[in-house]
Amino acid sequence: MTGAAEATAPHGPGTGDAPPVLALAGVSKSFGAVRALRDVSLELHAGEAHALAGENGAGKSTLVKTLSGVHRPDSGQVLMDGRPVEFHKPADAQRHGVAVIYQEPTMFPDLSVAENIFIGRQPRASLGRIDRGAMRARAAELFARLGVALDPEQPARGLSIADQQLVEIAKALSRDARVLIMDEPTAALSVNEVARLFTVVKALREQGCAVLFISHRLDEIFELCQRVTTLRDGAWIAGEAVAGLTHEALIRRMVGRDLDTLYPKLDAATGEVALKVHRLTREGVFTDVSFEVRRGEIVALAGLVGAGRSEVARAVFGVDRWDAGWVEVNGRRLPPASPTAAMSAGVALVPEDRRQQGLVMDQSIERNIGLTGLKRLRRGPVISRAAERDRARDWAIRLQLKFNRLSDAVNVLSGGNQQKVVLAKWLSTRPQVLIIDEPTRGIDVGTKAEVHRVLSELASDGMAVLMISSELPEVLGMADRVLVMQEGRLVAEIPRAEATEESVMTAAAGRTS
Amino acid sequence: MTAVTAGRSTRGIVDLVFRARELSIVLALAVLVAVTAAANGNFLSAQGLKDIFLNAAILALLAVGQSFVVITRNIDLSVGSVVGLVAFTVGDVLAANQGLGVGVAIVLGIVIGCVCGLVNGLLVSFGKVPALVVTLGTLYVIQGLDHAIAHGRQINAVDLPRSVLSLGNGSVLGIPYLPLITVVVMLAVGYYLRSYASGRDFYAIGSSPEAAGLAGVPVRRRVMAAYLLSGALAGLGGVLWLARFGTVVADDAHGWELQVVSAVVVGGVAITGGVGTVYGAALGALLLTTITSALVVLKVNPFWQQAITGALLLLAISVDRVLALRVARILRRRNARHGS
Repeated sequence: MTGAAEATAPHGPGTGDAPPVLALAGVSKSFGAVRALRDVSLELHAGEAHALAGENGAGKSTLVKTLSGVHRPDSGQVLMDGRPVEFHKPADAQRHGVAVIYQEPTMFPDLSVAENIFIGRQPRASLGRIDRGAMRARAAELFARLGVALDPEQPARGLSIADQQLVEIAKALSRDARVLIMDEPTAALSVNEVARLFTVVKALREQGCAVLFISHRLDEIFELCQRVTTLRDGAWIAGEAVAGLTHEALIRRMVGRDLDTLYPKLDAATGEVALKVHRLTREGVFTDVSFEVRRGEIVALAGLVGAGRSEVARAVFGVDRWDAGWVEVNGRRLPPASPTAAMSAGVALVPEDRRQQGLVMDQSIERNIGLTGLKRLRRGPVISRAAERDRARDWAIRLQLKFNRLSDAVNVLSGGNQQKVVLAKWLSTRPQVLIIDEPTRGIDVGTKAEVHRVLSELASDGMAVLMISSELPEVLGMADRVLVMQEGRLVAEIPRAEATEESVMTAAAGRTS
Repeated sequence: MTAVTAGRSTRGIVDLVFRARELSIVLALAVLVAVTAAANGNFLSAQGLKDIFLNAAILALLAVGQSFVVITRNIDLSVGSVVGLVAFTVGDVLAANQGLGVGVAIVLGIVIGCVCGLVNGLLVSFGKVPALVVTLGTLYVIQGLDHAIAHGRQINAVDLPRSVLSLGNGSVLGIPYLPLITVVVMLAVGYYLRSYASGRDFYAIGSSPEAAGLAGVPVRRRVMAAYLLSGALAGLGGVLWLARFGTVVADDAHGWELQVVSAVVVGGVAITGGVGTVYGAALGALLLTTITSALVVLKVNPFWQQAITGALLLLAISVDRVLALRVARILRRRNARHGS
């Protein structure tokens, strides 16, 4: 790839002297008390692919949103061709030739591919009518330029995610985009689809497009990009040429921090097997997944976004159907696709997205906590408000929930406290197996430590915990064993003693060497 | 390459499905007419046919306006009340001023309809209140207004200017005015929706409101326009109602909104937006009207007529749902193949 980098440099108007097409200079951005970006600089040059590396929560998405006009920086500047610009909304960035391809594009499923590309800017014939022939021809021309065989007339409904991304790239081309920002485009793609995407992006790069590429798969960064900028906890760590960099060096830049203080997992005696999953398969989602979780154990399920971790959790809990295999809780098989059966067998699932799946946002704390145990709160045919309040108060105290009144709606609480309410809601069912998906996503460091303390105590009390987490330090600090998933398969099981950033990352990114 | 071939076959299926929708309505119409005509020869007489077209004209006109709204993933339940209000107030004005002609009547009707549409549109697009709630509210408000204005009175045909009545009963080259007006409006609106960039915006909004916003489609302005058009056509429909029946009370067109929505859905406009044509909606209106007429000719108990209309609506919605699931399954199978 080094050769390609040198070869493409002359295509751009002199990477050395011409100002970068798009740049950030000393940009900071805070959301409340959280400093998402601190004094970050970045330069995107024509004809160059630039990688953005960093863990989840490092500030990559905030950076993308600053470049694409969704966020405005608190301080620092966005520069185009060396001149400061202000993007007030995404349309401003689009007008300046900045296009963003998201992991899952938003399309109009009922309209044709050609119309999805040209909506609002259709080629016109006389009297302002749409020139359908020209629209079709121009879409076909764009696809020919990208070297992909898509039919402009087919409806967008039914396109694979990979094809949807190609349509988005065609749309960017039709707007004469000079900067292409790709936010984890490969997370949901198969190997062949990634190869096709890369062919397209390399061609665009050689035509003088500046590319900003985000991916958790290091191989992809090394294959596609000439430069890489690394962020950690919102701060700029390094900006350097990819040539000469090793995987290990890049991982060190991304993670290097002190782990021991934050994640105390108490040692607990492990008991008998509480959850046993045997060769579980859901067609096209995950394949042949087998593992056990013992009492007193915290097992982490690690892997990249889109590796199928949450899907396994959903299937175990019975939200989704599985096609083959079985699940046992305390030696008893669970019937497929029945959350009710899973709950009465003692399984609880704390979902990833608490706003959508975990909480009824505009109902009170006590109502939310009571929701999972309405039967137990019944006095005769009616729900006892007093019992509901008592139960909520018990858990609020145990989890050190910060609140005014138990009758407050949960949407006034902070993210961390909301997460505690979700926990209370499920813990009050006295589960024996707790499946928890991204337990600390989007909550502050202090509350994070408390959530970890709670999980550790629960395990000490003999609960079996299966934790899905994308934050490596959390996985390494909390887990007795780490299971790694990659593209729907379980590819590694790493005991606590051998689990390091490198070993987990390597397994998750699927590097064979 | 599997993606491309699979894509083509998906497209073929989807295309066929939606063409088939309009074709199947035509087919259903043909069967219905044939069976009914076989049972009673009078059904196909010149007068019989003329009656069907006259009856269908106003419903189809409202269905055209309604489909505009439904395509944007909204609904307008107030159209029946608007027809009633316009028919009575315009009739009242004409009865008091004999000198006024058809032109004034139509303009006045459309203006009143537009005002109603404006209120709906403002509340839905700028007030961000769900369309079902807004238009259910305006349905009752407009109806109440109509009753207050009418105060139990009745407009009689003899009080109306001749020119207005001849709009309802006259014809040009043997074709009655009413269906002629509806067909002209339908073709114009259908052409606009298909061939103009702003027309396509309505489909984009109904297909994915979020994506429409991101793509720079002026969502609120377009939704507003859809309600204005629906209101305007309901106003025009009110004038045509007055012209056709002559005798009008405040209760007229009461409950028509549901017939209109039925016609639109039967005509293949997805109630979830983004799909359908005004031609389909108008055909749906024609089918519903023909069914009603056929049931009368076949001497079916009037109570059953409503039940049959309702069953047809359920059938149409079920067919939509089944097809949507089909497409989703094709998609999932294809993605599974990709993933492997």
